[in-house]
Amino acid sequence: MMMKRSRDAVVIGAGVVGAACVHYLVRAGFDVTVIDRGSVGAGTTGAGEGNILVSDKIPGPELDLALLSRQLWFDLIDELGQSAELDPKGGIVIAHDDATLTHLRKFAAEQRDAGVIAHDVDPLQLRDLEPHIAADIPGAVHYPQDMQTQPMLAAAHLISNAQRSGRLEVLTETEVLGITRDEFGVVTGVNTTAGSIATPIVVNAAGTWGGQIAALAGVDLPIWPRRGFILVTEPLPITVHHKVYAADYVANVASDDSGLETSAVIEGTRGGTVLIGASRERVGFDSTLDHEVLARLAQQAIAVFPVLGDVSLLRSYGGFRPYTPDHLPVIGPDPRAPGLVHACGHEGAGVGLSAATGHLIAQVLTNTTPDLPLEVFSPERFEAVHA
Amino acid sequence: MPEITVDGERRQVDEGMTIAAALISGGERSWRDTRNGDRPRGMFCGIGVCFDCLVMLNGTPNVRACITLVEDGDVVRRQSGTGWTALLEGVGDE
Repeated sequence: MMMKRSRDAVVIGAGVVGAACVHYLVRAGFDVTVIDRGSVGAGTTGAGEGNILVSDKIPGPELDLALLSRQLWFDLIDELGQSAELDPKGGIVIAHDDATLTHLRKFAAEQRDAGVIAHDVDPLQLRDLEPHIAADIPGAVHYPQDMQTQPMLAAAHLISNAQRSGRLEVLTETEVLGITRDEFGVVTGVNTTAGSIATPIVVNAAGTWGGQIAALAGVDLPIWPRRGFILVTEPLPITVHHKVYAADYVANVASDDSGLETSAVIEGTRGGTVLIGASRERVGFDSTLDHEVLARLAQQAIAVFPVLGDVSLLRSYGGFRPYTPDHLPVIGPDPRAPGLVHACGHEGAGVGLSAATGHLIAQVLTNTTPDLPLEVFSPERFEAVHA
Repeated sequence: MPEITVDGERRQVDEGMTIAAALISGGERSWRDTRNGDRPRGMFCGIGVCFDCLVMLNGTPNVRACITLVEDGDVVRRQSGTGWTALLEGVGDE
């Protein structure tokens, strides 16, 4: 048995959201332990494309969070002194027909009113932005604020930078077995496969598995997995310059359909590979590879970039996005278990929203007024539905 | 006996040889330059795992020379970088 130790805060989950929480808490002077049952970035962080997007956000609390987070990402990269392949490449949302284009342009106008930079582009301008794009696309919207990072690299840099402060303990390959509470229900610590840790604050940054961590503290948190696959091409010279995706992607993300949904999402990486998504399925934690989904993703990508038809795929990968009933993350203290603070449920936007999430969590825990109201992200909002 | 061309030069090779064996028996040590730094590459693992021996075969880039058997009439070309630069510019490959 290891000696029982005491920490100011324990962060559960070493994905990009947990890493951002660690960063801001350590910077605020907390002695922190971060625990992950796998390694850094081994869950949903490593199963996506590393997007920091504003283009897919409906005006409202999530867009406000995304705009704040995007700004904070620049500060993070400055502080880390590491680029983590951050690339402000911009996004392009394409419409396949005139009806969709009208809807897309209206959506972009609403986003503009909420502070997003969005330019309507005609087929000629589209060709300038993406020379290899299919000729039959009637129009698109260009979002210069969209960015991409290498999310595992970002999480690793955030954690190793915090470690240099001497105030962070990293426990990977360590499972949290229980969250202890006193007779008033207040959190007192965690029991792990590496011993017990006394702490007044437990940050639940377990992403898709956040509901299971909440259950260890005796509270219900409705977070479920939404499976997605991504295809990886052989390395190419720069062929796809932006994140290019079909307008139906936003509708698919917001959809409550349990069946398979796919929309074309295509973008290059620093390494030269092109990533092709995106699929969404509610099949629990079943990670079985589905070749039909992969074929559909490939067909959709070729329809947008015909040149990809001759290119070989190297591999595919998949993972589970954490989604909640209203598709908003859960950020902030849980009054049902004082000391438990949630930072999870970001669905497919965890990388982009991680910086603001960590920043807001640190503000709450240092009794600073948060930059954004957190009521809308409160874990209690689901109580009415569940009662 | 199959005949192939290597960078435009005709060669007689043995039936059942891999492209890599055909290149090595012709005295070649490297037939690809890396996409970062243009460093020379040839056969390394010899079992299809390392992707070092990539070659342009009949216009298709990134073919593993070590596990691909020669066929009569094959057009083998040295590969530079990703092998896709010329193809994507629409210049094409002969």
